[in-house]
Amino acid sequence: MKPIVLLKRLLFAAALGPAAALAYHAYTGDLTANPVDYITDQTGDWTISFLMISLAVTPLRRLTGWNELIKLRRMLGLFAFFYATLHMLTWVVLVSFFDVPTMIEDVTMRPFITIGMATFLILLVLAATSNQAAIRRLGRRWQKLHRLVYLAAIGAVVHFWWLVKADITTPRRWALVLAVLLGFRIWWMLRARMSSRS
Amino acid sequence: MLIGKAPDIRYSEITPRSLYLRRREFIQAAAAAAIGGAASLAPGLVDTAGAQIAGPGALPKLPNVKTSPFSTTEKPTSYKDVTSYNNFYEFGSDKADPAVNARRFRPRPWKIAIEGHVAKPGTFDIDEFLKPYVLEERIYRLRCVETWSAVIPWVGIPLAEVIKRVEPTSQAKFVEFVTLYDPNQMPEQRSDILQWPYIEGLRLDEAKNPLAILAVGMYGEVMPNQDGAPIRLVVPWKYGFKSGKSIVKIRFVDAAPKTAWMVSAPREYGFYANVNPTVDHPRWSQARERRLGEFLPRKSVMFNGYADQVASLYGGMDLRRNY
Repeated sequence: MKPIVLLKRLLFAAALGPAAALAYHAYTGDLTANPVDYITDQTGDWTISFLMISLAVTPLRRLTGWNELIKLRRMLGLFAFFYATLHMLTWVVLVSFFDVPTMIEDVTMRPFITIGMATFLILLVLAATSNQAAIRRLGRRWQKLHRLVYLAAIGAVVHFWWLVKADITTPRRWALVLAVLLGFRIWWMLRARMSSRS
Repeated sequence: MLIGKAPDIRYSEITPRSLYLRRREFIQAAAAAAIGGAASLAPGLVDTAGAQIAGPGALPKLPNVKTSPFSTTEKPTSYKDVTSYNNFYEFGSDKADPAVNARRFRPRPWKIAIEGHVAKPGTFDIDEFLKPYVLEERIYRLRCVETWSAVIPWVGIPLAEVIKRVEPTSQAKFVEFVTLYDPNQMPEQRSDILQWPYIEGLRLDEAKNPLAILAVGMYGEVMPNQDGAPIRLVVPWKYGFKSGKSIVKIRFVDAAPKTAWMVSAPREYGFYANVNPTVDHPRWSQARERRLGEFLPRKSVMFNGYADQVASLYGGMDLRRNY
């Protein structure tokens, strides 16, 4: 088996770990005193984690020169969408109990939920256009469209930052990670522009 | 010391532990109670440094606790939930942090100071301070501003009796409660997530309301460290953050104290912080709450269901402005 295939399979199994852990804790009745908040926090944390991991693929590829790493990117992005979907469903089912007026009020009145929802919609579009058929059909526009993932990552961090009460340690950490990941791209872009000019 | 005294069954008459503890926990509790039983023979409050976090029976039982008509008959939240899910930022901002980081906290020896506009100020050893009062059990609802709630059988003394004894002068309009500042014991005080020490406050007439207590225990036992040992405020009609923990100072002042959360986010946390389902927190609705141990949310109630006792304190006030 080629190393990249092995790595992909291992990552796939590992990426299911957090969901499996949640299911196991649900089964043993060990989801803390406030299970709904715990599930919300966990699925949210893993959404951000996988967004960052998928944004790390390209820098890693360029820094290491191991170009096959690109074969992991779609899967990792889809796991971000997977955890975002669980996060969203937790909010719809467990937090709001399908109470549509309350959900509308939340989305329109509470900026952190507004931006969370916008972020989810971006991820939904990206996931829906992640298959080969869509890539072929969209052609050059596909890459442009999928640059929206930068916006989604920013949205996810802002969503987190706006919802904490006082301790911004964790969202600040994610903001730093995102700044580094986006920093690579800005640096490359500027360098490419300068070299094309000269 | 009373030896051969009949077992205190009053508490179990109100809420049999077996009803709200799951079977496994019940067995653990029974084992722990056998060990804790020895400690309960010691008179009064004994030093509680040592093993914490274990279920009921891990901490010494409080003697001679009388019941109160102010107690609710609602089912108390499990001891495990109330001692593992805490907002006590001095020990970390995650709900699970306090139970871990407060393990080595020392609630004895403890001094409590009465300061400000009173005829009888002073600094007292906590056991001396508590001596004149009879301990009461108060089973209260607790509503957190984060929209979760609990029912907790506190053990404490009426704040009004303390106030009466220290004789506030006419200049005393507010009461300020100061939490211990000791970064060696409270590691998160090294961070700047809140202004330390934690300050809370009440208007003098609020503080004198018979519902307000200084709690020294819960579930019939000495207060666990993560819940505010050795002495904390409990104001059941206000959001939980008003009930300051590990109090070292009670000051009688003429102006409203600048409380920790008001300083942190004045638009989100006001001085009054009465439970009010009609006034939303800027970032979330306060209409509903989720009780620890329950799956379905419930509707939140004005003044957390204590309107009969406290609504008159706020006659003519715009509670939307005075949130």
